[in-house]
Amino acid sequence: MNSYALIPFLPLAAFVINILFGRKYLKENAHWVSILAVAGSWVLAVMALMDVLNGNKINFDLYTWMLSGGFKVSVGFLIDQLTVVMLIVVTTCSTLIHIYSVGYMHGDTGYYRFFSYLSLFTFSMLMLVMANNFLQLYFGWEGVGLCSYFLIGYYFDKKSASDAGKKAFIVNRFGDFGFGLGIFVVFLTFGTVYYEPVFSQASSLAEATYNFLGYDVHLMTLIALLLFCGSIGKSAQIPLHVWLPDAMEGPTPVSALIHAATMVTAGVFLVARCSPIFSLSETALMVVALTGAITSLFAATIGLVQNDLKRIIAYSTVSQLGYMFLACGVGAYTAGIFHLYTHAFFKALLFLCAGSVMHAMGGELDIQKMGNLKKYMPITYATMLIASFSISGIPGLAGFFSKDEILWMAYAGESPVGKFVWAIGTLVAFLTAFYSFRLIFLTFHGKFRGTHEQEHHLHESPKSMTIPLVLLCVGAVAAGWVGIPALIGENIGVHNYIAEFMKPVLGHPEGHGTHGEEMVVMLISIAVGLAGIGLAYFMYIIRPELPDRLAQQFQAVYRILFNKYYVDELYSFIIVRPAIWTAKNVLIGITDGHIIEAVVNGVPSAIAALSSGLRKIQTGLMQHYATIMATGILIIVAIMLLR
Amino acid sequence: MVPLHWYLTLSAAVFMIGMFGFLTRRNIIIMFMSVELMLNAVNISLVSFSHYLQDLRGHVLVFFVITVAAAEAAIGLAIIISLFRNKQTAHVDEMNEMKG
Amino acid sequence: MLQQLFFGYYAFAIIILSLLVVTRSNPVHSVMWMLLLFFHIAGLYLFLNAEFIAAIQVIVYAGAILVLFLFVVLLLNLREELSLRQVAGSWPSAFFIVAGLFVVVTAALGSYVPGPVGAYSIAAVRSETHVKALGKLLYTEYLFPFEIASLVLLVAVVGAVVLAKRKLRS
Repeated sequence: MNSYALIPFLPLAAFVINILFGRKYLKENAHWVSILAVAGSWVLAVMALMDVLNGNKINFDLYTWMLSGGFKVSVGFLIDQLTVVMLIVVTTCSTLIHIYSVGYMHGDTGYYRFFSYLSLFTFSMLMLVMANNFLQLYFGWEGVGLCSYFLIGYYFDKKSASDAGKKAFIVNRFGDFGFGLGIFVVFLTFGTVYYEPVFSQASSLAEATYNFLGYDVHLMTLIALLLFCGSIGKSAQIPLHVWLPDAMEGPTPVSALIHAATMVTAGVFLVARCSPIFSLSETALMVVALTGAITSLFAATIGLVQNDLKRIIAYSTVSQLGYMFLACGVGAYTAGIFHLYTHAFFKALLFLCAGSVMHAMGGELDIQKMGNLKKYMPITYATMLIASFSISGIPGLAGFFSKDEILWMAYAGESPVGKFVWAIGTLVAFLTAFYSFRLIFLTFHGKFRGTHEQEHHLHESPKSMTIPLVLLCVGAVAAGWVGIPALIGENIGVHNYIAEFMKPVLGHPEGHGTHGEEMVVMLISIAVGLAGIGLAYFMYIIRPELPDRLAQQFQAVYRILFNKYYVDELYSFIIVRPAIWTAKNVLIGITDGHIIEAVVNGVPSAIAALSSGLRKIQTGLMQHYATIMATGILIIVAIMLLR
Repeated sequence: MVPLHWYLTLSAAVFMIGMFGFLTRRNIIIMFMSVELMLNAVNISLVSFSHYLQDLRGHVLVFFVITVAAAEAAIGLAIIISLFRNKQTAHVDEMNEMKG
Repeated sequence: MLQQLFFGYYAFAIIILSLLVVTRSNPVHSVMWMLLLFFHIAGLYLFLNAEFIAAIQVIVYAGAILVLFLFVVLLLNLREELSLRQVAGSWPSAFFIVAGLFVVVTAALGSYVPGPVGAYSIAAVRSETHVKALGKLLYTEYLFPFEIASLVLLVAVVGAVVLAKRKLRS
């Protein structure tokens, strides 16, 4: 049973080997270590899945990390249904993306460095999902944040990349601050940071309040919202979403692994993991649902007009993450995790396809300069098309089932904002289909709009890249089949396996609607998906001049969307510039210049002045020392004898 | 019968003379002899204590003091020789390498 | 009365000789006065029924240590140094410190209370002889310190040789 501890530690070992021996000895073979390690983790994860399917729940402490009075934290692992799903997602995506990176990163100077960071990331992510206490979760949380920073800024000689890395790290600080406070409050309330006692005691404290500065705050709401702060940062929700699009400066496999499939979903995982706490607070759930809904709409509208291939997908990720929070917020944690799981496949696939396109286009990212790539890159085209169908919610594909589950739960659930977020979700489904196919049509259809040189260079990517694409494509198609809703499942004789599987951990709220209503909701979501695709086809294939005319006509709206609602500018104005002003004028000018420097220079010069006086005592003559010693003896003897 | 005080006063007087010599003389050999003088002063008081308290332990101690004094004299004079070899002098005024 | 007279003579001679030792400018003279001083101290020991101590005082101090001193003094040839100032300029302060210490120590003598008397009365030591009594003590109760003392002497021998010998390669 303890062999499951190897799941995170295999990638850690790979990291250590690569970072120590990569530069000198492994060089172009660095990927072998990492891939073998992560594949080993995958095998163990599958074994863990089998174990959990057999009804086992694994919870063990590896060793005591800290012990201080009543505060005890171990490095320990909890493997239950939720963990196992995350394990499968993380190790599968990670393995495939490791393989993809062999082709994508080929010939890069920092080849070993890239793979060692990937391994470190995988280790941190696995520590995060497998933790059995909040502190280890936090360790993994910060670990993935660090690796994200490393990997976004992987091309550190490029200023925009290193800036983006810093931005991601700093923006996450805001969220993690809240998360850290949340863990403090958990410890303050429960006296422990282990999941099991915390969650089992939570319901007995459902009505507890905490007096903060004279206000009685509902304790569970406080904890839930503080923890959710971390989720907002890590999963790029409003208002901390600004880092994720910029994070696309990193290599594409990184975008796929970290910024689509795994790390950014950690926030959703956190909410699901803490569902016993969130469920006790209606306010917190509502905040989660509304944040998710608004973010998904917000990001989807921005995605409509962007021209950067990877950024469109990034906004799509933000939007889909909003969907997951929306699901959690209406109490449908299972649906959220289910979407997380399907999303990992089709979104990683979208990113990897984008990487493949970039590879062919020589790093070009502007979709206005592409076109007709389907002729040159059939495999990439086919897989990306399927991924787009999946994300648009075409029936039968993975995205359909999870998205439909979310919308139905929002519509039928008990949440007071359920109907509202359902409406937003449906609108977002339409927008998602539209911008996804805008991307497809502009990239792969029409005429090629790039330079001749680029056209000459176009080619399908090597096998090491296309094979992971195909494998992920299988996931994007079939991953949803474990969660076929009862409405359809009854007719073809399958259950909603994932809902049953997750029930012990996350519960499974039953919808209050009839089959008829469910059918209507499903049909609406199919219809808006198809409508979105149709509109994209109309605007970019049949009438390609239309988008420009619309942009002209609705210039103000277009500008706001194109500039991402000016959020970056707003933050720059209210946070970054005041901070820099303060740093320059107050910290450098006054604190550093007049206070610190005065102390730093004053202390040594005072010591120097004092010692230049004192050193005269040191004559170097033995008899002076002896005389002083005799004086001392006289004083001591006098005190002792004449007392 | 001579009282113990007299011996102790004598011992103190010799000790102080030795100390005075050590603190004021500049010839390192005479300083060294002053140290021997102080050791002898201590020996006098030890022996007289032993006599008056009818206990031989003082004698044992004197025995050890003389042993150590012999060792110290050997080492100390060897140091003086090597010092003299380097400095060509036995004057402690010339030895102020530790001056600050 | 005779005892006091004897003590008076020895005490007077010891103090005068000590003063001579520390005040002579020529170290050879100092060594000579010291030789005389050690004989007087040995006489005082006899007076205190410590024959063995008196014997080693003469043998070790006068016979060995002082000869070593004399040897070194002659070896170093300090003739031209005799013309230099022999006393440190700060001697008055040293004098006051030493005098103060002397006053303090002698003033404290009045409050001295002798402890219980031990087993070695003068008669007992006499009947056993001093050497035998001391030897018994040294080889039983003080065996370990005695061994250590021998080790100290060994170290001193080796150390003196190492320090004083000329460097072979120079």
